[in-house]
Amino acid sequence: MIVELGLFALIVATLLASAQAWFGIAGPAFGNRRWMAAAKPAVAGQWVFVVISFGALCWAFYHNDFSVLYVAGNSNSALPKFYRITAVWGAHEGSLLLWALALATWSVAVGVFSRNLPESYAARVLGVLGVVSVGFQLFILLTSNPFERLLPAAVDGRDLNPLLQDPALAFHPPMLYTGYVGMAVPFAFAVAALLEGRLDEAWARWVRPWVTIAWMLLTVGIALGSWWAYYELGWGGWWFWDPVENASFMPWLVATALIHSLAVTEKRGLFKSWTLLLAIIAFSLSLLGTFLVRSGVLVSVHAFASDPSRGLFILGFLGVCIGGSLALFAWRGPALRTKGGFSVVSRESFLLFNNLLLLVAAALILIGTLYPLFLDAMNLGKISVGPPYFDTVFMVPMLPLLLLLGVGMHASWKKAKLEDMKRPLVMLFVAALVFGIVVPVVAYGSLHFMTSVGLTAGTWVIVSALYEPVQRLRRRQSLSRGVVGMTLAHIGVGLFAIGVTVTQSYKIEKDVALRPGQSVTMKGYDFTFKSSHEVPGPNYQAIESEIVVSRNGREVATLHPQKRVYRVQRSPMTEAGIEVDWNRDLFVAMGEDLGDGSWSMRVQYKPMVRFIWLGALVMALGGFIAITDRRYRPRREAASEAVAAGGRAPAR
Amino acid sequence: MTRILRTLLLALTLAWAGGALAIDTERAFDDPALQARYDNITRELRCLVCQNETIADSNATLARDLRREVREMIASGQTDDQIRDFMIARYGDFVLYRPRMTRMNFLLWAAPVLLLAFGAFAVVRVVRRRAAEAALEPEGPEGGQS
Amino acid sequence: MWKFIIPFGLFVVLAAFLYVGLQRDPSYIPSPLIGKPAPEFSLPSLQDAAYPVSSADLKGRSWVFNVWGTWCGGCRQEHQVLVAIAKQNVVPLIGLDWKDDSAAAQQWLRELGNPYAAVASDAEGRVAIDWGVYGAPETFLIGPDGTVLYKHIAPMTMEVWAKEFLPRIEAAKSGKGGQT
Repeated sequence: MIVELGLFALIVATLLASAQAWFGIAGPAFGNRRWMAAAKPAVAGQWVFVVISFGALCWAFYHNDFSVLYVAGNSNSALPKFYRITAVWGAHEGSLLLWALALATWSVAVGVFSRNLPESYAARVLGVLGVVSVGFQLFILLTSNPFERLLPAAVDGRDLNPLLQDPALAFHPPMLYTGYVGMAVPFAFAVAALLEGRLDEAWARWVRPWVTIAWMLLTVGIALGSWWAYYELGWGGWWFWDPVENASFMPWLVATALIHSLAVTEKRGLFKSWTLLLAIIAFSLSLLGTFLVRSGVLVSVHAFASDPSRGLFILGFLGVCIGGSLALFAWRGPALRTKGGFSVVSRESFLLFNNLLLLVAAALILIGTLYPLFLDAMNLGKISVGPPYFDTVFMVPMLPLLLLLGVGMHASWKKAKLEDMKRPLVMLFVAALVFGIVVPVVAYGSLHFMTSVGLTAGTWVIVSALYEPVQRLRRRQSLSRGVVGMTLAHIGVGLFAIGVTVTQSYKIEKDVALRPGQSVTMKGYDFTFKSSHEVPGPNYQAIESEIVVSRNGREVATLHPQKRVYRVQRSPMTEAGIEVDWNRDLFVAMGEDLGDGSWSMRVQYKPMVRFIWLGALVMALGGFIAITDRRYRPRREAASEAVAAGGRAPAR
Repeated sequence: MTRILRTLLLALTLAWAGGALAIDTERAFDDPALQARYDNITRELRCLVCQNETIADSNATLARDLRREVREMIASGQTDDQIRDFMIARYGDFVLYRPRMTRMNFLLWAAPVLLLAFGAFAVVRVVRRRAAEAALEPEGPEGGQS
Repeated sequence: MWKFIIPFGLFVVLAAFLYVGLQRDPSYIPSPLIGKPAPEFSLPSLQDAAYPVSSADLKGRSWVFNVWGTWCGGCRQEHQVLVAIAKQNVVPLIGLDWKDDSAAAQQWLRELGNPYAAVASDAEGRVAIDWGVYGAPETFLIGPDGTVLYKHIAPMTMEVWAKEFLPRIEAAKSGKGGQT
């Protein structure tokens, strides 16, 4: 019954989303104020019913209702309760419902926080969001219904994929989806502006917090995925340039460009049509990612079970959303030309180059991901494009970006007087260079060109970012949250670059066969395999090893890696034993039982690997602090800006 | 003999493991340079069975067999190119994770430079135009970085 | 002005490619051996290890090479089709028992019927690698001059046999006749 209620709620939600779309778009088009006002209650209603629908699916999982096909395919009575709930989004149909929930939540948030927007504009934004919502909900109802019944009911389920039976499943997809889907909001703002035919001065200030929040969540979501892959899959790798990973990274790069472009639009009213285009592209890449993951056109470890009819539906949906918005852009974009100049050396200029480099990076990833498909579609053969390509090619725009970042931060608007900064910047760069050369030699005993380049670039960004805030603090001047946020975010980039450089340059991996009592030495650490014994789990059987790590005779840690076989799917899984410290990870994963008590093991030394995710978290924190800046809080009195904007109260 | 059979059977049962880590149980090369070559090559070859993994990481039987081939070829003195050619002759370009520089893949490898050049050209044009505009504008109280 | 339509144009091109891509199978690997000479091999026969099965013996007429194993579900699925094809007596069917347990394989043939003129036992998998095999069952068609004419991946069906193999066998025969 509850299951049917869930399906019914989804149908009602779709109807309400259609109403939202209609009122939001047709209202302003016909000048009907009652319709325009009806968009908000429609979105609120839609959200309520999507929540009910999602709740019903959770209920079905929690109560092990194996008469539901999706539950039977992804759960099991022995599955611990925690995983029963996270299993809801463990496969295609459920994760789509999570998508719909995320979209509905963003939509209702826009509805609530849009009081300061002109009513026709707010209606259009909700209308566009409604169109996207309808598309998704129809996709679920027509091709991917999670509430489909299985009759007669299965005795027990096929269990959740063991790789997903991990706490990270509770956080990674929800965060990632919320960020990914959140790009729909700036998209809606952009399309609404195009429908309106003009872009208000305050537009950038309205949009910026939305983009930053979505960007922040996407940053954390991607970082969580990377961290999870690292400890769960046993290879010790943290990024594979898998098509699905690329699908989440491309919107991130474009969203980063968008945040920076919005800065120019907000401050000087320039780059309006470019910013609009970026907002459209960011969400388009999100949609494209959804297509790639679920249509079966690419081979990916993340890909959900595919079905050509699903692929066609999403492609059609892409045509409507992306094609429609880009056509609208082609038509209305030219009208948004702005006047305004800036010097060759100016903040605007630097931000233009920032955008260029970020977009080139995103384009390269897109080309690399789709090139095999292009060739295959033209019957020119089958190739693979993998990490060797992406690792090489990604550096080309990224290194200049890091270098320019250190300078551009200090450029002022319209005409940058960098002569004053020349001396401190040169000194900071030299300091970074020295660091980049000395530290590898001292700490790791060897030096490679690219290692120094990476370390120098990362350090350069950090010290350059700290320079002005430190100066201001020394003069007892205050720092706005915007500046603090920006500084932190850039420091995060530097930390990330350092982490990647050091790990890739100095990691050590060894595959060994160890008898109990035998040990292997790596970077001064002795890994001694003491023993192994069986450990039963709730829905798996495991063999656990005890590995003692010592250095110079002193014990550092004891690791307990496991090799598990999950009872239902009978697939073997590795749980690595990891010893964590701020500047290195020690990583042991079990391979196979070689008989006579011996085991094959992969032992790894990963220096500075935690900085990779630390950098991402600091970036996200910077974003968070930046949006708490006073500029974005609702103000009661009209400021002079509002007068300039035509008497409209300043928006949030 | 039984040990070989056992390993074989184990390998066969794990052939469809998918997602499980594969660890090379063969002895490493005594010469670290050869081992480094082996590591590099196996990390650039795609497993044809578990197509999301390299043959270095894949548990599939075919991946083990291919690792054995690579190992034997290195030991017998073949160059990296010869090893890659061996794989391509049997499985096509699909087996290489690093696309070869051929006429077909030219765009792929030239993309970074082409995109940067084209993009930089566009940006420079915009900057020039805006700088000309700025020169015509009256100097006002500008600057600041927020 | 015109530059504003570039994003739309690029999207249309992309969508066209994606549409075509939907009809392809990204994990299907076409064989680079088609049109090239079949890899030579000489392996012990399954039935009697002392008796070799060599590709050299098969020159002069078309033959079908079927890669299988007792561990392979699809092979069991296609087995009766192979038996039926063998009964047609068009060309000899040579089997490659890939990384298999010989006793189990022989038992399998006893139970399910033996469509093969000969079965080569590839315990180490080297010959399979030479033939670019990546997932059993795979079935090759080799012409009289030793050229690989066609490769079918996935269980064999009568439809594939009729549509892809028989016409090529005919063409090879008449081609041969035309040359003399």
